[in-house]
Amino acid sequence: MAGLELRGIRKDYGGTAVLKGIDLSIADGEFVVFVGPSGCGKSTLLRVIAGLETVTAGDIHIDGTEVTRTAASDRGLAMVFQSYALYPHMTVSQNMSFALENMGIAKAEISSRVDRAARMLRLTDYLQRKPAALSGGQRQRVAIGRAIVRDPKIFLFDEPLSNLDAELRVATRKELAALHAEIGGTMIYVTHDQVEAMTLADRIVVLNGGRIEQIGTPLDLYNRPANLFVAGFIGSPRMNLLPTELVRGEAAGDVTGRAATLGIRPEHVEPCQEAEADLTVRIDLVEQLGGETFLYATGPNDTPLTIRCDGQSRLVRGDLLPVRFSRDHLHRFDAAGLACRPEPLLARSHS
Amino acid sequence: MTDTIRSHGAPARGPSAAAAVTTGSANALMRLTDPPMRAVQRLIGASRMPYVFLLPNLVFFGLFVFLPIGINIVFSVTGGTALFPSERPYVGAEHYARLLDCGSYLEAASCREDLFWRGVGNTLTFTVFQMVAMVLFSLVTALVLNRPIRGRGFFRAVYFFPVLLSPVVVALIWKWILQRDGLLNAVLTTAGGEKILFFVDPGWAMFWAVFVSVWAHMGFYTLILLAGLQAIPRDVYEAAEMDGTRPWRVFHRITLPLLWPNLLVVLVLVLIRSVQVFDEVFVLTGGGPGTATMMVVQYIYTTAFANQVQNFGLAGAASVLLGAVLFVLTLIQLFLTRRRAS
Amino acid sequence: MTGKLRHLLLARRGGASWHWTDVASYAYLALGVLLMFGPVLWLALSSFKTPAALLEFPPSLLPMAQSEVSVPGYPQPLPLFRVTMEDGSVRELAQVRRVGIIAQMVDPAAPGQTIRVPADRRTPVRHMALAVENYTDPLTQFDFLRFLRNSLVVTVVATIITLVINSMAAYALSVYEFRGKSLAMLGVIGTLMIPITIVLAPVYLVVTKLGFVDSLWAVILPGAATPTGVFLLRQYMLTIPRDLIEAARMDKASEWRIYARIVMPLSMPALAVLAIFSVMWRWNEFLWPLAVLTKTEVHTLPIALNAFQGELQTQWHYLLAMTVVTLLPVALVFAFLQRFITSGIANTGMK
Repeated sequence: MAGLELRGIRKDYGGTAVLKGIDLSIADGEFVVFVGPSGCGKSTLLRVIAGLETVTAGDIHIDGTEVTRTAASDRGLAMVFQSYALYPHMTVSQNMSFALENMGIAKAEISSRVDRAARMLRLTDYLQRKPAALSGGQRQRVAIGRAIVRDPKIFLFDEPLSNLDAELRVATRKELAALHAEIGGTMIYVTHDQVEAMTLADRIVVLNGGRIEQIGTPLDLYNRPANLFVAGFIGSPRMNLLPTELVRGEAAGDVTGRAATLGIRPEHVEPCQEAEADLTVRIDLVEQLGGETFLYATGPNDTPLTIRCDGQSRLVRGDLLPVRFSRDHLHRFDAAGLACRPEPLLARSHS
Repeated sequence: MTDTIRSHGAPARGPSAAAAVTTGSANALMRLTDPPMRAVQRLIGASRMPYVFLLPNLVFFGLFVFLPIGINIVFSVTGGTALFPSERPYVGAEHYARLLDCGSYLEAASCREDLFWRGVGNTLTFTVFQMVAMVLFSLVTALVLNRPIRGRGFFRAVYFFPVLLSPVVVALIWKWILQRDGLLNAVLTTAGGEKILFFVDPGWAMFWAVFVSVWAHMGFYTLILLAGLQAIPRDVYEAAEMDGTRPWRVFHRITLPLLWPNLLVVLVLVLIRSVQVFDEVFVLTGGGPGTATMMVVQYIYTTAFANQVQNFGLAGAASVLLGAVLFVLTLIQLFLTRRRAS
Repeated sequence: MTGKLRHLLLARRGGASWHWTDVASYAYLALGVLLMFGPVLWLALSSFKTPAALLEFPPSLLPMAQSEVSVPGYPQPLPLFRVTMEDGSVRELAQVRRVGIIAQMVDPAAPGQTIRVPADRRTPVRHMALAVENYTDPLTQFDFLRFLRNSLVVTVVATIITLVINSMAAYALSVYEFRGKSLAMLGVIGTLMIPITIVLAPVYLVVTKLGFVDSLWAVILPGAATPTGVFLLRQYMLTIPRDLIEAARMDKASEWRIYARIVMPLSMPALAVLAIFSVMWRWNEFLWPLAVLTKTEVHTLPIALNAFQGELQTQWHYLLAMTVVTLLPVALVFAFLQRFITSGIANTGMK
């Protein structure tokens, strides 16, 4: 197990820059998730850490040792691929022992490690099967098992759940969390699914366009997004973003006077009396989930607004609804998209 | 302990004994080769390993293809009977001049090196007839095999299996049938005809040279054309049928154009192989009667190896000329294959 | 008539009832079977005939020999004939000698009495006889066993070398990006255009320099690196997912181990196709061995056959039998792997 330090990582393919200067340090034992839309560079960053891609500039340190030019096979990291990349001609047991054989570990040690991992992942009955004879979830676990037996310095996961169906994805997510609690290794996990990111991560790194938008704990990002991008990306349904001039009165009034956009999460928009209302909206769609209800509405100037209410609702399409924004949960962003806050910003500057 | 046995003992549905032996020897080979290769990788770095993998093949190519091409060119401009280039006096373009010195290119006898020109003439005749016959028969066979017939696999195999036979075997099979007292003459005389001495008559000898070549190789081209035919989507035919297209028009306007790329590849492949023809014809007719079926390659082989005086220079010059022709033909083939692929 | 011919050329005509084009197709195919199989069958039948039976004209279909009997008082066995006597009865008599149109015959049951019979009144008594000595003699008395062994050695060793070095080159050209890769590819394509036919003398010089003249290495080595093989294997290796190779790298496998333990096992289908082709090429190779193998003891089967048929008094009975021996392994390989070979050729377009 080990920590990781990235300094000024840049990666160009031909003329296009995919990573535009990444600085990041990850502590020993931490579970860090890279999240961002497709093409944001998160997978490339993971492959750079793995050693499967060379960097254009910057350097990488694992446990204080520089490994920027070290080959992937010598970095001591393990990776779980999106496609699992199980060796189709080897049995589960051979898949898991391959790396250990490469390391020249004694046979007895190999088999005890493989058996331990197999028990942990409930694969003991499948050790002599080939990958083709396994279900998707079992393959997934073999891929994880292949990493576990290595006892690597850092585990790397490249969208490992994206090939599973929804139900299995939730179950495996829980297992991964339990696994991290049990073996406590440093884990770096790439996903485009912000739910995975929120549920698994100690810290989330939000990437966009080859840069880090914000780093923080899941709730940090949720409660205090550093900019419009993070505000819009984290949270489901998305945070409502409204032009400031749309909202009357005290809600719009901000301390600095710089705010151009107001952000309010759907659960912080409350139906209220006409007199107290910040805005009156027309309901377009009502999604009744039983325990909660989502209202999709349109405000002035066709501005869309999503509202989350507890319990069930009697509202129907076409109803007019006065709403009020919870004052404690208002997010204000300036014209450049940065959060207006008195304290120093965590993320990059847009200038 | 039980777990250990489960993961490494003989599994219930394990590999067969033969597979186990293969895996065993593969493992032994791995143990033998891995440490030195690992050391090499440590020494030069993983990024330079492709050169190591490429090396053996390149050494072979270098020694037996690239170097010989160079030597061949040196041979073609030097004289004498010595094999080693350093012992051969430079003669310039003399060999080329000798090969190309002709009173009239249409009359082999008027050439200084008349045997070469007879070879060229024979190869041309052979190539033209063989191309026509080969394409015709393999196309018809492919079309028939593409119909919904019972036992298609069997018939395909029937036409294909001579492809695998040694040219010497092919030639001997037919030599035995065509000899003076052979099966074919028996059939002819039984039918009331006269015996024909096939290898004494120049026309018949060339006919059988072409025939035997087509017999031996048409299966290969049939296979290529059949693959092309089967790649034509069925619905194209169904659409044509719905349009009430007449059968001949379907062949002319749909099958032929869609098969054309494959047909072109077959044409060029037949051409390339015909130009180099040697084995079957040499064993079948020995180039005879006289020089009636002597091909260019036989001329080169005889000039370099079989004659009393081994003339590597003349053979080298002839090879360079043949090589130039093949080079152009292969470029055409590569162009066509690439276009087919894209 | 031409209309009917046109019909025959049509692809994919099918129907429930027998159309005349179906009849024509089957007739064509039946003729094909006769023309393709007939000659080989005739060779096989002929190879079992005694030298005397081979000289018969017109030849009999099956290998027949004239029956002979030992008659007391005659040192040699005598040929047996069926004779139509003057009284119309038919007797089996042995012939002592023939003088002009009169044959002197003797009844094996009553050897004391000589019977004179016009030669045209008798027909030979024949029975089916397999001249197995056509096979056993060359294998025991001549060197055919040695030629067989030479061919086997050349085929096996050359195929192994071809598989190893071609797969190594294909691996380098499919898995890696490196400086000079396109040059190497160009080199491979270049060699496609240079059949050994046109560099006979220079290759002979190289082989002489290496000291291989009149050894089997002279035949094995020059054709070992085949451009077609490199192409075929490379095309196949390109379809192996990159993830597998990167997974192996993460598993600390050396590049050689990735080649030997991941890529080679996964390329088995392509390797098998190349192996079959290589066996075929080597077993049948003619021109180059003819040029380079001058000593009889290193002759391979095709060269030996050619030498045998070139002798003044062609001993057809031996030659035919040895042709069958040369043909047999290929026929067996084809019988078992027919589907595999034909689909391999259809897919690769090589021979």
